Amino acid sequence: MSQTEVKVEYWRWPEYRSTVPNVSWSNAKAITAGVDIGSVGSKAAVLVDGELYAFAAMRTGGVSEATAVKAINWALEGTGLEIGKLNYVVGTGYGRVNVPFAKRTITEIACHARGAHYIYGPTVRTVLDIGGQDCKAIRCDEKGKVLSFLMNDKCAAGTGRGLEVFADLIRVPVQDLDKVSLNVDQDPPPVSNTCVIFAKAESLALLRQGWSKEKVAAAYHTAMANRIVDLLSRVGVEKDFVITGGVAKNMGIVKRLEKILNIKPLEPKMDPILAGALGAGLFAKALYEKEQGLR
Amino acid sequence: MMTAGVDVGAKYAKVVILKDGQVVARAKALVGFDLLKSATEVFEAALKNAAVSRNDIQRVVSTGMGRNAVVQKPPINADEAVSEVVSAAAGAHFIVPTTKTVIDVGAEEGRGIKVEGGKVRDFVINERCAAGAGTFIETMARALEIQVEEMGPMALKSTNTIAMNAQCCVFAESEVVSLIHSKISKEDISKAIHDAIAGRISSMVLRVGVEKDVVLIGGVALDPGFKSPLEKELKASIITPEYPEYVSALGAAVIAASSTR
Amino acid sequence: MRAHYGYKDGSGDYFIIIDTDKCNGCGKCVKACPYHVLEMVPNEFDLEGNPMAAVGEEHRKKIKYSCAPCKPVAGERKLPCVLACEPKAIEHSW
Repeated sequence: MSQTEVKVEYWRWPEYRSTVPNVSWSNAKAITAGVDIGSVGSKAAVLVDGELYAFAAMRTGGVSEATAVKAINWALEGTGLEIGKLNYVVGTGYGRVNVPFAKRTITEIACHARGAHYIYGPTVRTVLDIGGQDCKAIRCDEKGKVLSFLMNDKCAAGTGRGLEVFADLIRVPVQDLDKVSLNVDQDPPPVSNTCVIFAKAESLALLRQGWSKEKVAAAYHTAMANRIVDLLSRVGVEKDFVITGGVAKNMGIVKRLEKILNIKPLEPKMDPILAGALGAGLFAKALYEKEQGLR
Repeated sequence: MMTAGVDVGAKYAKVVILKDGQVVARAKALVGFDLLKSATEVFEAALKNAAVSRNDIQRVVSTGMGRNAVVQKPPINADEAVSEVVSAAAGAHFIVPTTKTVIDVGAEEGRGIKVEGGKVRDFVINERCAAGAGTFIETMARALEIQVEEMGPMALKSTNTIAMNAQCCVFAESEVVSLIHSKISKEDISKAIHDAIAGRISSMVLRVGVEKDVVLIGGVALDPGFKSPLEKELKASIITPEYPEYVSALGAAVIAASSTR
Repeated sequence: MRAHYGYKDGSGDYFIIIDTDKCNGCGKCVKACPYHVLEMVPNEFDLEGNPMAAVGEEHRKKIKYSCAPCKPVAGERKLPCVLACEPKAIEHSW
């Protein structure tokens, strides 16, 4: 009997698309889209008169232009719409210059602030975005206008990529890491919080010393949370505090941040990974209306 | 008079035995989780090489990240510990008495040291960032699927200069993978890697100022592809002594000899 | 708006902070920097898009190294960009 070997890729998070029920584009004045090409994940959001209609989130992979097209087409799948029917598209994110069908590009900082206001409401004043390869802290006003920002994309520590490396190390699928990290009675002392390479080496040593996967995961999540708080304190944290980006779904990080900051982040009504694309889609609507007003 | 220097580094433990100003033995090995155990194994190997016993050694000085693990601990029983900066300066000066600038790049740290008569005047340490030390070259060798010893010779064969964007070891690994997919040759990628780390190290050294003679030591000095981009960035010629990875341990042994009455 | 350009890594915190409310778009800092670290960009955060100073994209991830030559270990530190800015809109965190 032959045995097939399945190579499990613990760092690969699941891709998905969705159409929001009870939203229709047939009488829409403005059908706009935002495409957020991150270095790890690409997100597309389609909005009907400023309301989220359809979206998709997938891995960026290599060539960004093809990725952008793939992302938007996947988001549009089953909606009856196609790229040509979109009134205005804004590109954002690391790969924003590679969105060939976008009319304009806008910095992801501004898009995340705008998107966060949509997802969480107008009380948002501090946005923490933990993406695949960067970490952003944004202070904004009641209109979603940016007052202060800090972006760290130099270092893998404090980013989703750091979590992917770690998932591979302890052989746990990345989307389950948070549950594993919370499965401890008490948080152990953290590993290095400033370098994934060193944290990985320290974690290996701890595993060899007999630490359980849960304990090592807890040590890593604590380290990452400490580092994020450090960055946040540079811009200051004011309520209401929200988290966007893929890592917002990691409860191991979210709960620890809550504990250290003593502030409870708001609960999202929709997937926080879409904040950038949503914000871009909303900017697209404003720009389209401005354009229409001038004609 | 016989002394020994024990350099417990982040990756390797190095031991040098000095007899009346001459090196009579050298030994090195990878460091495991038990620093004392690893250092002891290397120490005993060095003793065997020199055909002497611990009792023949008058004074032992330790240095390196794990220097405190061997102080007053048998069988090494180091008499004192000194920082890597001090031992690097002493060791470089011993080999090149006209040393004014020492560049010491190990597995996890890079250091720039201003030296006057073998003593430290100023120093800058590039610490706790793998991209500024030997770990960077090692990680990239893995990404290129070649042995780390092949990195240097490969870089020297390169004909094109390309820039690396990533400043982090983890991100650089992904960048190397995508460069390979873009059909960039391994030679050119290896050169880009060496240029990147040389750029980082040289910016740090500029903070202490570059004055002749400039001496390069540490494990990374063994990489033949590292010296040339470094000389280009610093606009100065660099001396690389033989056995560069042992210079700190040698410095510790020299310090041991000068403090013995 | 306070824009922080830079990063924190294993060796420390390195940020150049530009206060765009104070920045008058004069560009003197860009000319003063011997290593072309700074540049003028249109302000993407408000709709007017007036020119403001920013750290060049290729320097943001290696700001420690880019600015190292102006920060000697010994001797007095004179940062040309900070000295050139009249409204005092530029700050270095290290």
